[in-house]
Amino acid sequence: MPLGPLPAAVPPSWYLTLSAILFALGVLGFLLRRNIITVFMSIELMLNAVNLSFVTFSYVLKRNDGHIFSFFVMVVAAAEAAVGLAIILTVFKNRQTLEIDEVSSLKN
Amino acid sequence: MNYYLLSLIKTAIVVGIFMHVLAYLQWIERKVIAHVQLRVGPRRVGPHGLLQPLADVIKLVTKEDILPSHVNKVFYFMAPFIAVTFALISIAIIPFGPEITIAGVRTNMGITDLNIGILFILGISGLGVYGVALAGWSSNNKYALMGGLRSSAQMISYELPMALALAAPLLILNTLSLREIANGQAGYYWGFIPRWSIFQMPFPQIFSFILFLIAGFAETNRVPFDLPEAENELVAGFHVEYASMKFASFFMAEYANMVTVSCIATLLFLGGWHPIFPEQYGSGLIPVVIFVGSAVLCFFHAANPARPFDRITLPVFGLLFLGLAGLFLLPPVQFILLPLFWFSAKVLIILFVFIWVRATLPRFRYDQLMSFAWTFMFPVALINLFVTALLVALFP
Amino acid sequence: MDALLFMIFAAIAVICGINLVVQTHPISSALSLVGVMGALAALYLLLGGEFIAAAQLVVYAGAIMVLFVFVIMLLNAGTEKKMTVRPLGKYLGAPFLLLFLGMIAYVIQKILPQSSPVVFGSFQGGTALEIGRSLFTVYLLPFEVTSVLILIAILGAIVLARKEVD
Repeated sequence: MPLGPLPAAVPPSWYLTLSAILFALGVLGFLLRRNIITVFMSIELMLNAVNLSFVTFSYVLKRNDGHIFSFFVMVVAAAEAAVGLAIILTVFKNRQTLEIDEVSSLKN
Repeated sequence: MNYYLLSLIKTAIVVGIFMHVLAYLQWIERKVIAHVQLRVGPRRVGPHGLLQPLADVIKLVTKEDILPSHVNKVFYFMAPFIAVTFALISIAIIPFGPEITIAGVRTNMGITDLNIGILFILGISGLGVYGVALAGWSSNNKYALMGGLRSSAQMISYELPMALALAAPLLILNTLSLREIANGQAGYYWGFIPRWSIFQMPFPQIFSFILFLIAGFAETNRVPFDLPEAENELVAGFHVEYASMKFASFFMAEYANMVTVSCIATLLFLGGWHPIFPEQYGSGLIPVVIFVGSAVLCFFHAANPARPFDRITLPVFGLLFLGLAGLFLLPPVQFILLPLFWFSAKVLIILFVFIWVRATLPRFRYDQLMSFAWTFMFPVALINLFVTALLVALFP
Repeated sequence: MDALLFMIFAAIAVICGINLVVQTHPISSALSLVGVMGALAALYLLLGGEFIAAAQLVVYAGAIMVLFVFVIMLLNAGTEKKMTVRPLGKYLGAPFLLLFLGMIAYVIQKILPQSSPVVFGSFQGGTALEIGRSLFTVYLLPFEVTSVLILIAILGAIVLARKEVD
């Protein structure tokens, strides 16, 4: 049911544009924030944007290989989140801070 | 009929019945626990305490809604909403019966059906952890934080054996959609043993059923796994700072989770709405027999009542039961009522087991609880899955 | 109807994404990220990826983000101090970003071959059956290797995060 100027369905390039916007927001968060955990979450946002891109192309090319790739990205993100958060916990235990500017030297 | 209008009507019916079931589930629980403990339970508000849920609702709604000054206001308001939303949303995909035709409108009994129904249920129960964790954290209170974190850790730990226990019958049934799972358990072996998952032939899924029920106890924070919200342990845990309606939302979320777990167990393991023996042997008469028996019991106890007002109330209940029995004999409504009866009977039996266990067992300590999940339930669920997969591969 | 759904969920995703970057407290950022993931799950459903949508809810929003929320609650991370962004970054960064995004959108529109709009239900290859088939035949080796990867990650996390036994 067309609603005025809006088309009834959206071309796939709009999904890719949304993916680009989310990726750019992830890069912004990664570069501008100072809390380690927020930086890590921006990385997850970038990975999600890439997943959306994969699934969109899988729709365009009519194969489900994009879905498989997206599944593997999720698995790797899970493994990375587990190890990364364990590292963050260790850093917090040793330096008592979560700001990336203050953990920037290799020795105390 | 217009698809949207039909969905709206079905949603209204299902949600209305669900809300009443939640309210009266609390009445059933209080009465059953009372009788197990050799006392009577609520009996003042209405005959046999039947209006007690109404009194509770009025009390909770009219209590003063306290907002403590030291809480994180955004998350304090959001947490009960999250808990209740994810608890109530699972009722949308549960099928209650086969496809029926009422007044020329053909529809499935149940609001809708997803191709990935079981995964949706798992996802929603994973998202329900946020309500508890945020409630504990936003209350800015040591006990609430401990209770919230413990409860969330428990819910996440038991999601794993629950998912593995769910995967085993899915290997045999070969579908993720809840309606097709229930339909895959139609039919009878040798004419009289029902083809439910707990009797299915390459490997009867009894262990999966027991594992799923135990994991369901832990997911819904019920005894024996209710340490995070026990009243005498952690000062009521993660909902200690919550007043009237928000507290009621957490309780409604807990009961809704219980009903959801029971419905999923019924659909996956007990055959959904299919009767226990075939219709040609008269399984359509079982509800009639049960209700007539209850009516006879009511009239018998009304003859020499234990309490004077029972001389009036018990015959009324007896007549109600006779009316229900008569309703099940009418052919025009039998095709709707019979599947509903079997589905409700199985769900109510599982809910009765939930309440029975609450009245009977003591609670686990927190470290016992976690080691039970990781060192016992997870390996057993894995072994169960392996054995099922092996037998399904060998005898297709 | 598909366009309306896309607009709603895309708006939710972008607003939650902006919220993630702008909020000072990490837990607000974490919950915004959960919102992004939920909106993306709905978009995957529109694109016919029902298994990936369910995996997003179960794995990403239901497990990984819960891990993030736990760590934030345990570390009791407070709000960040004010960011010291140099004026060059603040006043030139956002416009350049928007320009860059506009260029990307234009290029994407131009080079993508003309394809039909995204209609819900027109791609049927994303069901659990099809994905299972691909995973167990064509992509069997990566599937088994990721299981080893997860095992390594479990061991790494346990070793890194355990208490020091003195």
